[in-house]
Amino acid sequence: MNTLLFLVLQLALALVLAPLLPGIINRVKAIVAGRRGKPLLQTYYDLARLLGKGEVISTTTSWVFCTGPVIALATVICALPLLPLAGQPSPCAFDGDFLLAAYLLGLGRFAIILAALDTGSSFEGMGASREATFSALAEPVLFLALLVLVALSLEPPQALQATKPPELSFSALLGGHAALAWQDGRAELLLIPAIFFVLLLVENCRMPVDDPTTHLELTMIHEVMVLDHSGPTLACIVYGAALKLWFFVALITALVLPPMPFWQHLGASLVLMFGLAVGVGVVESVMARLRLPVIPRLLAGALTLAALSLILTLVR
Amino acid sequence: MDAVTFDYRESLDLATLKPVASQVMGAELTTALNDGWRLLALCGLPEQQGQSSPARQETEIHLLCVIAHDGTGKLAALLSEPLTAYPSFTPASPQAHYFEREIFEQWGVEPLGHPWLKPVRRIPDAPAASYPYYRVEGEQVHEVAVGPVHAGIIEPGHFRFQCYGEEVLHLEIALGYQHRGLEAQLLRSSVRLPLAECIAGDSTIAHATAHCVLWERLSGLMPGQRAQILRRIALELERLANHCGDLGAIAGDTGFLPTSSWNGRIRGDFLNITASLCGNRFGRTMLTYGGVRHDADSNLCHEMLERVRMAGRDVRGAVDIMLESPGVLDRLEHTGSLTARQAQDLGLVGVPARACGLAVDARVFSPLSDLPHQEAPCVEDSGDVLARSRVRSRELDASLHLVQEDLERLAGCPSEEIAAHTEPHLPPNRLAVAQVEGWRGEVCHLAATDNKGDLLLYKVIDPSFHNWPGLALALRGQQISDFPLCNKSFNLSYCGHDL
Repeated sequence: MNTLLFLVLQLALALVLAPLLPGIINRVKAIVAGRRGKPLLQTYYDLARLLGKGEVISTTTSWVFCTGPVIALATVICALPLLPLAGQPSPCAFDGDFLLAAYLLGLGRFAIILAALDTGSSFEGMGASREATFSALAEPVLFLALLVLVALSLEPPQALQATKPPELSFSALLGGHAALAWQDGRAELLLIPAIFFVLLLVENCRMPVDDPTTHLELTMIHEVMVLDHSGPTLACIVYGAALKLWFFVALITALVLPPMPFWQHLGASLVLMFGLAVGVGVVESVMARLRLPVIPRLLAGALTLAALSLILTLVR
Repeated sequence: MDAVTFDYRESLDLATLKPVASQVMGAELTTALNDGWRLLALCGLPEQQGQSSPARQETEIHLLCVIAHDGTGKLAALLSEPLTAYPSFTPASPQAHYFEREIFEQWGVEPLGHPWLKPVRRIPDAPAASYPYYRVEGEQVHEVAVGPVHAGIIEPGHFRFQCYGEEVLHLEIALGYQHRGLEAQLLRSSVRLPLAECIAGDSTIAHATAHCVLWERLSGLMPGQRAQILRRIALELERLANHCGDLGAIAGDTGFLPTSSWNGRIRGDFLNITASLCGNRFGRTMLTYGGVRHDADSNLCHEMLERVRMAGRDVRGAVDIMLESPGVLDRLEHTGSLTARQAQDLGLVGVPARACGLAVDARVFSPLSDLPHQEAPCVEDSGDVLARSRVRSRELDASLHLVQEDLERLAGCPSEEIAAHTEPHLPPNRLAVAQVEGWRGEVCHLAATDNKGDLLLYKVIDPSFHNWPGLALALRGQQISDFPLCNKSFNLSYCGHDL
């Protein structure tokens, strides 16, 4: 596939459709609660409104405060082209690109944390400390889960021999190996999408880890870090969060779908991605939030599953 | 014993109260509290003046202490000699600590040796140095200040957390932003009932009932049977609406959406039933001295009965799925625990006290009428947020039962004249107390008249006054992120405290 066409399509889909995901989640939550809910396109309206607004910047802050959200948005946009699109390997793929993606997202988070600390507010400091703790605990889970995929790609199924993206790239790891391997009866791999789903909830500050709808500063993780942001920088944060959600949803989709023709794959991907958003909405509707000290246990559980999955994969 | 005991339904002749020395008063109070009495009120009572209107600077202040014994329905009163300072009762009787701070604030009478003496209400815009907060020092200890302006549409209050990481070492609550001088207005005003109704808007019926009952006890007025039933229906409907809303809010804070959204709607159903009774969702204008201002004919009774049944069924379902959800239970259990000992030391009342296993409920121990009432208070013993939720859940059942019975009873009760809406004349030199179990806890109004039959003292003690220190204590050693949940499980009134 043409490199330019791939990048345009990949980014255009993400940049245009990502704000729809929070809209779907909120709509599902509203329906389950028996309410009508806000419009599906609310995030777009919010973004337009925020971009048109002025900004109030605390006098105690420095340039770090305004730069943080921009870096966070930029890093997610940079990470997006590393993912395969509808079964096609990314032209940007190279050995170890998933490390770049993981740390690009990490850099974005670091920028937001710095921006939060820059305000000197005790709330934002608390939020920053929680975010740093939980993301540090989520990192080993991500890498262990990726390691399972690496172990699996060392023996690629026959069907995938033809296309040859670099071996240790997202494009190779997510190129349908896992889906084909399941068809061969490797049930232990079913754990991997579950682990990525937990990571999605943790990284995107969804329930049961963080409550995105609460107004209570003392219980928040992500939201409390961005309390001081307003106007365009808040728009960067909201948009960046939607893109990050898109990144994780796309990652799970690429992992799960078996190889199939491009357009068919693209259609199936979009359906599955929005389906995952519905899934997140359902989880948020029926679960209570975990208390903060229990969240590391959730992540430890995910880590254990990843380790189990890795051992089973290697032993086979 | 120098205390004068009297039945809770009667008023006391002030002349029988002989002033005693403050030391004697403190000793008696300690003995009584150890014997199972409860401190209802401790306040300053100004000395009666001759002709001129009392000027505060020259007035001598007595301490007036009223205690209650739940088992026997007895009250006892103690009066001290006029004083400007006295040895604090708090070290021996911790229940007095908040009252002593209030006396210090209102009258400048200093309890010597009080462990944390400062006004109960913070004066807005007063220099920070005049209102020092408790501080924990240490390099890793940090202070989090929340409020008085909050992120939700709630009343103003300031919370200071001393934290070690996520753990709260100490919480200090500074209130007073809602102070309206209500007690002073109640003393002077000629239209008192509407003032009593707005002491705390969510407890309109409870405070209005307490005010009316107080006047009836002072003046000897007796409301009829029908009025008694209607008053109780209104009071229980208020309890149903608020318990329902509280459980929904607790679910909301745990992020459990189903109960959170349903209870918001069902709370409205209960409020609307109150509205069909008196035209106001919160029960304003429902009561008057000697009775009620709105009657319900048998058609309305049957309609209300049907609506109560429907709403009751809905709320039962919504609360059950919450209290059976493992995620919610995990969140509520062992969060914000208080022991029975702590609750007793602080003199907690209402839901938080019953959640700690203390059997305090004015509906059971000092009922307002001869109507059949609940046999025993709904008590839990773990003292955590879960216990407070369960107490509310069980009280919902009990109240639903009571309201349905009362509505049936009302339909069969002969009609009577609607009470005249005039304030009765008060006899001179009397002291009376009204205890009404509002949904939040025991609402206590206390009044004393001078030798001309004018009011000398009007004291309002909202359950929040007893329970705010309980919230602060419940947070010790807890996660700071659990504060909103603990706060909701107490759901205390700011304006009821600040008056």
